[in-house]
Amino acid sequence: MYTTELQKTAKIENLEDPKLLEAFEARVTADEFIEPKDWMPEAYRRTLTRQISQHAHSEIVGMLPEGNWITRAPSLRRKAILLAKVQDEAGHGLYLYCAAETLGTSREEMVEALHSGKAKYSTIFNYPTLTWADIGAIGWLVDGAAIMNQVPLQRTSYGPYARAMVRICKEESFHQRQGYEIMIAMANGSSDQKRMAQDALNRWWWPSLMMFGPPDADSPNTAQSMRWRIKRETNDELRQKFVDITVPQAEFLGLTVPDPDLKWNEEKGGYDFGEIDWDEFYAVVKGEGPVAKERMTARREAWEKGAWVREAAAAHEEKRRARKAA
Amino acid sequence: MGGWTPACAGVHLMATVAVDPRTEYLLRLGDDALVLGQRLSEWCGHGPVLEVDISLANLALDLVGQATLLLGEAGDGDRLAFHRDVLDFRNCLLVEQPNGDFAQTIARHLLYTTWQHLMLQRLTASKDTFLAEFAHKAVKEVAYHRELASDWTVRLGDGSEESANRMADGLAWCWRFTPELFEVDEILEEMIDRGVAPDPRSLEQEYRLALASILAEANLEAPPEQRPIVGGRRGHHSEHLGHLLAAMQFLPRTYPDATW
Repeated sequence: MYTTELQKTAKIENLEDPKLLEAFEARVTADEFIEPKDWMPEAYRRTLTRQISQHAHSEIVGMLPEGNWITRAPSLRRKAILLAKVQDEAGHGLYLYCAAETLGTSREEMVEALHSGKAKYSTIFNYPTLTWADIGAIGWLVDGAAIMNQVPLQRTSYGPYARAMVRICKEESFHQRQGYEIMIAMANGSSDQKRMAQDALNRWWWPSLMMFGPPDADSPNTAQSMRWRIKRETNDELRQKFVDITVPQAEFLGLTVPDPDLKWNEEKGGYDFGEIDWDEFYAVVKGEGPVAKERMTARREAWEKGAWVREAAAAHEEKRRARKAA
Repeated sequence: MGGWTPACAGVHLMATVAVDPRTEYLLRLGDDALVLGQRLSEWCGHGPVLEVDISLANLALDLVGQATLLLGEAGDGDRLAFHRDVLDFRNCLLVEQPNGDFAQTIARHLLYTTWQHLMLQRLTASKDTFLAEFAHKAVKEVAYHRELASDWTVRLGDGSEESANRMADGLAWCWRFTPELFEVDEILEEMIDRGVAPDPRSLEQEYRLALASILAEANLEAPPEQRPIVGGRRGHHSEHLGHLLAAMQFLPRTYPDATW
């Protein structure tokens, strides 16, 4: 899962040593990887810390909507696949926290920022999973959008992030296939199943398009992030690609994309599509998503209820070390 | 729904219709794995720390995989998992106990997985080819489960005062269900006689010693022995199982003709 850059505080600072900055920019332009010990501008460090930690948080919060269906998966095979998928997301969260830690912020600090509401995560996870078809729709659309965002990040300029993305991308394509496979079964199933499948597409379509972030015109960080090769394609370019790939998949399923303005545009070789409800997007970014409170409560509860376990593990480690030293 | 054994072709006939002992034995092992896997999967996304979340999901995945093999050998695996009611489930009472806090989950896992590991080691020598092959595969997975549960028992028992108390409470909750693991009824007797199943009584001493050693390392006392609570293998479960099944089975039960 991926989260777009949601905050707008990154500024290019003029306090950096111009020679170092120039050398840094030359390396980035030459597509060299920047490694943790290399010099980097503060704004680059901050932007990346924010982006990678948001991405990590999205993986962790993203476990909740799908986790909601693990105990109710309708066959042994589906249960095993969903468990494995949600477990992969925990693994992605772990690599990403590790990648972000190389920039000098601890996992604890990042988790605190998530729980206090200071750090953001992908808006998509603030929508509920109501039926089993939602598990199909998430794999198909949400992971599909995530892949679109993530493939270019395998070439992002920060080495640890790029390498984490190579691993993550391999798993995401399996996730998307399993989601689409659920949709095929549902769309070709009983009338109840078809109804669930269409309803899931209706509810997940627009939030999936929002996953690419605000339109380029309202995305002030894009230019800087492109220049630093943190980002490699703009929000609107990626969104267009997603629509062009996904619409024929919906047609194959016999489902209707919930957009009356959706139309093939021969001239541009892509689909025209309707206006996204940006008011909804910004409201969800602000924490007003339908199940935002449930998601944050679940994360905080897990963390607070687990505090004694983490303390016990630390206490045990301490005792063990003391015994060894004695 | 092919593959369902003729003796239990109906959905809820098993309690009244005799099933052949081998199928019954497969159901006991398969239901243990399914129910414990289902319980552990409830943790997914809610673990005390990310690494633990991943470990618990690993255990759950192994167990669901084991259940798939065992129930698939017993009949139509999905039909058996999703269309039987409480009276026809054959798992032991221990595995259906609620997760409680992390200490209770670990206590339950330690008590079950130590037994399962010793049993699977012996099952690799089964005269039943399927079971022997199954045991060869599963014993490796379960060795890791046992190690994980043992490590956490020690960490929590010999951690903070709070964790030691919680671990003691978790053990106290689960302890009364351990005698059931060594119970031998006519069905198991026949399986033992035919060289299909190991005799659980033959591993009881090793089980008790293994637990005593882990508990000693964890600075924990074994709870006092009490009158055993049994019945799971005959379909007489705790109140908890019905709720677990209600969640697990709701989709296939609500839409019985659907393919997922």
